[in-house]
Amino acid sequence: MSAMGSPQATGSNSSGGRPPAAIPHLAIDPFSIAFFDDPFPAHQALRDAGPVVYLETWNVYGVARYAEVHAVLNDPATFCSGRGVGLSDFAKETPWRPPSLILEADPPAHTRTRAVLSKVLSPTVMKQLRQHFTAVADATIDGLLARGSFDAVVELAEAYPLSVFPDALGLRPEGRQHLLPYAGLVFNAFGPPNELRQSAIARSAPHQAYIAEQCQRENLAAGGFGACIHAFADTGDITDKEAPLLVRSLLSAGLDTTVYGIGAAVYCLARYPDQLARLRADPTLARNAFEEAIRLESPVQTFFRTTTRAVDIGGSEVGEGEKVLMFLGAANRDPRRWAEPDSYDITRKTSGHVGFGSGIHMCVGQLVARLEGEAVLSAIARKVASIAISGPVTRRYNNTLRGLETLPITLTAA
Amino acid sequence: MPTIHFVHPDNRSESVDADIGNGAMRAALAHGLDGILAECGGSAVCATCHVYVDEAWLAKLKPVGADEDELLDGTASERLPNGRLSCQIEMTSELDGLVLRLPERQT
Repeated sequence: MSAMGSPQATGSNSSGGRPPAAIPHLAIDPFSIAFFDDPFPAHQALRDAGPVVYLETWNVYGVARYAEVHAVLNDPATFCSGRGVGLSDFAKETPWRPPSLILEADPPAHTRTRAVLSKVLSPTVMKQLRQHFTAVADATIDGLLARGSFDAVVELAEAYPLSVFPDALGLRPEGRQHLLPYAGLVFNAFGPPNELRQSAIARSAPHQAYIAEQCQRENLAAGGFGACIHAFADTGDITDKEAPLLVRSLLSAGLDTTVYGIGAAVYCLARYPDQLARLRADPTLARNAFEEAIRLESPVQTFFRTTTRAVDIGGSEVGEGEKVLMFLGAANRDPRRWAEPDSYDITRKTSGHVGFGSGIHMCVGQLVARLEGEAVLSAIARKVASIAISGPVTRRYNNTLRGLETLPITLTAA
Repeated sequence: MPTIHFVHPDNRSESVDADIGNGAMRAALAHGLDGILAECGGSAVCATCHVYVDEAWLAKLKPVGADEDELLDGTASERLPNGRLSCQIEMTSELDGLVLRLPERQT
């Protein structure tokens, strides 16, 4: 990390006698429909304007270059999560729901809850799930090949995670239709008080009621992630009151994200037949093909942090108590970090992308996401000869998530 | 600048310069070494920067931490007594010449 890119504590001599660089003010609204429709020119403008910018629409700072996004993610003492990772500042406003004990928490409280979820979703647990997740993905692709033409959002990107993740959690069969609306609500609620956020919260009561009920111990099947979380209340690692809220974290962030991730990967393979050909030639590239889709499309586009002190970002001072918006998607296509950043290359060395974040808050479910993505792309690699887009591709709008509403495709069998 | 010798499963060796204070994994990535995936980029989540430390060097390393210990149980290739995650091996001048053997698989 270059010195320019690393936020430094601001002291009296921090700028070496030079006046702090003026922070460019931009009128870009990163939560507008126009932005969602084509964020890439705005991403470039945000990166090129400077290491830190000020977004006049919502009175927040923003970082869009890889170096600054990575640095902010890895300095949680300065850029905290406990005041919320959306626009709303929990120090000033009442959160729309009880805050997350992991996402919206700082050390040392975060360290304890994070350790529990890390154990529940560890590499060892993934080894046990791999065979089942792979078999379901194979059966899903077999079924879709038999149909030929279908909407890949509903029939693949949504259907596959829905067929493995709720069972892995140990959810009851009833009420699962609330899962995707609840997740959509959570990710809309990180945004500003625009139509997307307000209407999602206005419709949220039945989804919230389902989630609260489903997080209780008696409603979670033995052996699932949910029951495993509750078992940590027996050992004293967490309290009985904390356990349901940690289950809620998996219900909030564990499903919709993988739907968008798998949708992104299928969309990439449909648009880049040369990369599908490489994948078919070497199915062991499936896992990296998924990872590269996460980098390129960045299903989770943004998160906020709040400054705990005055801090120097790239030569400019940002005061205490300011919201800083991290453009993960822009960082993942920053030409300062990535060669040919806008191309989908399934052999790219993807390590370091911030599609799952970085540092202490890096997605705790990333191994589940990769397992699902690898399983689906491996099945495609072995069974599918071609993917053709066969109808209008439309975008789904969300304040945080980037993905599609419809992706009509036609598959031909290998 | 200490040098790390990474030895591939076919016994081919690649030597990489490392920055003092950084994890050995960083040096591998900076060099573009195949065989270290580091899917999580050093956030101690993924166990895909697994290495086997040459016996001669084992005593010179800090002991395995609790988080690393749990992650090592989930490595794709067999966990051996000299297994470590290279993101957790902090490079020092004393580790100049460190020999790390790469496993068959990381995922």
